Amino acid sequence: MKLAYEKPVINKLRSGLMNKFGWSPAYARKVRTNIDGVSIDDLVERYGSPLFVYSERTARQRYRQMYNAFSTRYPNVQFGWSYKTNYLQAVCALMHQEGAIAEVVSAMEYDKARALGMPGDQIIFNGPHKPYAALEKAVSEGAVINIDHLDEIVDLETIAKKLGRTVHVGMRLNLDAGIYPQWSRFGFNLESGQALDAVKRMASGGKLKLNGLHCHIGTFIMDPQAYAREVEKMVKFGYEIEDAFGFGMEYLDIGGGFPSQSRLKGVYLPPEVAIPNIDEYAETITTALSHALKPGDFPKLIIESGRALIDEAGYLVTTVVATKRLVDGTRAYVADAGVNLLFTAFWYKFNVELDREAGGVNETSVIYGPLCMNIDAIDEGIQLPPLKRGARLIFSPVGAYNNTQWLQFIEYRPNVVLVTTNGEVEVIREAEDLSDIQRRERLPKHLELLKKA
Amino acid sequence: MRTLSQLALSDEGFVFDPNTGDSFQVSATGLFLLQALKDGRGDDEAAQLLTEKYEVTLEEARRDCADFRSRLRNLNLA
Repeated sequence: MKLAYEKPVINKLRSGLMNKFGWSPAYARKVRTNIDGVSIDDLVERYGSPLFVYSERTARQRYRQMYNAFSTRYPNVQFGWSYKTNYLQAVCALMHQEGAIAEVVSAMEYDKARALGMPGDQIIFNGPHKPYAALEKAVSEGAVINIDHLDEIVDLETIAKKLGRTVHVGMRLNLDAGIYPQWSRFGFNLESGQALDAVKRMASGGKLKLNGLHCHIGTFIMDPQAYAREVEKMVKFGYEIEDAFGFGMEYLDIGGGFPSQSRLKGVYLPPEVAIPNIDEYAETITTALSHALKPGDFPKLIIESGRALIDEAGYLVTTVVATKRLVDGTRAYVADAGVNLLFTAFWYKFNVELDREAGGVNETSVIYGPLCMNIDAIDEGIQLPPLKRGARLIFSPVGAYNNTQWLQFIEYRPNVVLVTTNGEVEVIREAEDLSDIQRRERLPKHLELLKKA
Repeated sequence: MRTLSQLALSDEGFVFDPNTGDSFQVSATGLFLLQALKDGRGDDEAAQLLTEKYEVTLEEARRDCADFRSRLRNLNLA
């Protein structure tokens, strides 16, 4: 009887360079055979590779866990689903079913929310570019508008005059919450007096009524205290302008930026150690609010979380299409998906799992994607056992930003499926074909190469 | 090929190069292959031997032999 085969591996032994984690431990190999009970084999056989897979169960669990963390500590909480994080219709609809309103940052996203059936008054319109027509539509439909700059004040006053009524607006602040780098390009700066000047401008115009404050201090914020500093400053500013101008703050929108269990490149500790629990954020924020707010005053606390709600629900199943040995001896794999589908690979080091056990000694390996570009590396320096062509690698968490920032560059974008809470599989975005790429193109007659029969 | 023929191999997969003092760790199939190459077998013959002892197709064995040879060159062993 023949012996089981594993690929031949030889590695040089180096003294003096040992680390406390040892070398190529078998337990470092991670295997995922299914997603919510649906086998990876079945998924790839039915829907091809690469394949984005979303877990409805995980998405709903994450939402409920985070919402409960805040709503059990503060009486007036509203989540706004951050469309830019993932605007697949099924994902947005799922978040709306759970109770989130829509948070959009462009005219396109506004149209998407409306097309999905969200009424205007269930949409928060943020972002630095709100074209006049979109802004006018949003105002007339009752959307929550958070002003980014002075020119928007002018546009909104024009719209208010045209509609013949006062328009309720929020304003976006940027402030020092102790986060480096400080995000200062959005909204009006608090500490320099810019925000107060903008409020004066609105008050003197007489056409806008400020009823809310918005601030988004950054992304992947790993320090809950930064949010405490943010809300303290927002509340203080809110009371100052209420006293000076009579504008009462009906809502405080603290933005998003809550981290997922992804691993930022350059962070040494694993996410389960480095990332605070969502309850820590909720406790810190609501405690800061209760200290800053006047007794009996409970403005609506709006949270625009995206990544923390959907990242863990997303997986990308890929297939190794070639194995290579680089000139320096490093093992390299070419996968059928790269940074074209995993745009966030530039910032995050994903969890990589195999779909089955693989024998052999781990080697330091690189995983390249299918692009003809040197930057198309999803992981450089991962420890993997020797893999065969056809082996499958499952990347996670990938639910945030990849299906909005993915590139249509030399490859078709693949199927996206949802494993429902019942364990059924639904296609939520079909794989592209050439017609999707060329539908908007026009070929001038004199450039036609083929004579039509 | 002088280096290859001079390598000291242990049954447990420890490899010592007396020319440089470097030592290496090799997997079971790697040891089998290294022994075959050390004995002067060509890649095709070594691949054939792999298929006789292990559950592997000739195509995959040839592919892996070529890769292993390339790895040996990278480690200055061939």
